[in-house]
Amino acid sequence: MSVRSKVIEAIQQIAKEQHVTLPALSDDLSLHETGFDSLAFAILVARLEDETGVDPFTISEDASFPATVGDFVRAYENVPA
Amino acid sequence: MSPREIFALRDHLGAELKGRTLSDAHHVVSLTDILSHTVLGGCLRELSGRCVLLKLSDQLRSGLAMIELDGIARRMLLCPPDLKPAYLDTLIADAGIDAVVTDDDDGWTNTGVALIVTAQLPLEAAAPAKTERATEWLMLTSGTSGVPKIVGHTLEALTGAIVAEGPPRGPAPVWATFYDIRRYGGLQIFLRAILSGGSMVLSDPHEALADHVVRLNARGVSHISGTPSHWRKLLMSGSAAQFAPAYVRLSGEIADQAVLDGLKAAFPNASVGHAYASTEAGVGFAVNDGLEGFPANYLGNRNGVEMKVVDGSLRIRSTRTAHAYIGRDAAALTDADGFVDSGDIVELRGDRYYFIGRRGGIINIGGLKVHPEEIEAVINRHPDVRMSRAKSRRSPITGGIVVADVILADGCDPARTKEIRDQILDQCRAQLASHKVPAVIRFVEALDVTPAGKLARTDA
Repeated sequence: MSVRSKVIEAIQQIAKEQHVTLPALSDDLSLHETGFDSLAFAILVARLEDETGVDPFTISEDASFPATVGDFVRAYENVPA
Repeated sequence: MSPREIFALRDHLGAELKGRTLSDAHHVVSLTDILSHTVLGGCLRELSGRCVLLKLSDQLRSGLAMIELDGIARRMLLCPPDLKPAYLDTLIADAGIDAVVTDDDDGWTNTGVALIVTAQLPLEAAAPAKTERATEWLMLTSGTSGVPKIVGHTLEALTGAIVAEGPPRGPAPVWATFYDIRRYGGLQIFLRAILSGGSMVLSDPHEALADHVVRLNARGVSHISGTPSHWRKLLMSGSAAQFAPAYVRLSGEIADQAVLDGLKAAFPNASVGHAYASTEAGVGFAVNDGLEGFPANYLGNRNGVEMKVVDGSLRIRSTRTAHAYIGRDAAALTDADGFVDSGDIVELRGDRYYFIGRRGGIINIGGLKVHPEEIEAVINRHPDVRMSRAKSRRSPITGGIVVADVILADGCDPARTKEIRDQILDQCRAQLASHKVPAVIRFVEALDVTPAGKLARTDA
């Protein structure tokens, strides 16, 4: 499974658990518009860390939290293997 | 006016009751004629009036030494088996120790303690001794980091709850406990065995659980106590089916409904009760209605135990509490009114109080306080869950999130784990605030339990 599909699947799973109705997940959708609160993002980052072994937001000291769904997915895609 | 009569352990033992024993995995010692024997090599006279550190590698000799020393020594400090040697110097100084009873003669030369007595089996014949004084019993707190605190008790305080219950009905019980008798929970059971005219079967940390259960059966154990973690381990082991005690007791941790129901199902003919006690607060009460928590009308003055709730924490005043912390920098043990603050947080729901966690065990989730025990109690209600531990995990988003490690019941189909995970999360979402719902649930084979029998929470 590609990194992108892992991330999207995790977002959809958490949305289901948190009873969040997601809009269509396009790359330029702002994370704010997903309807996720900070707790939902915290869950997402923790689960992706378990699945992929990386947490791109803790590794790099100057990493700024992404603004869009596309930025978020790229943060995981760009982690050196 | 005559001085108040002092009772020591020896005054509860006598040759009238036959067949009483104290046993471990290797030895069986008769309690019936114990008063005419010595485990101290006949050195009891030299220990009279002294402050004695009891540091032995096994519970059997420890128990026999307690019987012999109580009423003779001025003080007796019980060292649990996992005590770090590095703390000994501080404890010796703080408790004014001037004699050691041990089975390891080495390493005491630099401690400045003049008298070293070796406890040994087999017992030797000796003339029975007479009670001279009320010995002060010193116990160590568990679960704190750093040097444990020394807690001072008297035998009268330690046995207050046992005496209040009166003598046992029916045949003398054979007691056992998963605890070590050098800790408060285990000592209570040792004292019950002695005061009730019964026998006791000691635990052995090196023995497999299945072998332990075989031994409990072989010795006819009727009454047994342990922490909820001890009991969950037994229920998971598959060994419970071979065992049929009459009385099952839980203490030392929160007994949630799941473990109470699990024990009732495993031991349908047993009474199952949970007791509230701590090294400092002594025995508060026992609950025998099969439900978690305790009735709200236990607050106030009940059987000589006064309880109140201050800032959510249970406070207890009674003659069964410890009387002081011992040592140079010892803090006050009670508040100005003589109440011990237990640090156990309770919550009133309807006409019952429920334990929700330890004040010191709170984890911080995004600035909100969370008791891990509260989350575990909800997870444990799932029929396929045997045991769980909630803890915090660092999060770059919120600072912290809740994660849970879960042990599934035996024979649970691995293909169902996703379904079970979803059900646990649904259950948590229905019953807990959203920040308390675990972000991640991990299924594990085992969870660490401390030497004191409590779920290890090193990261809490």
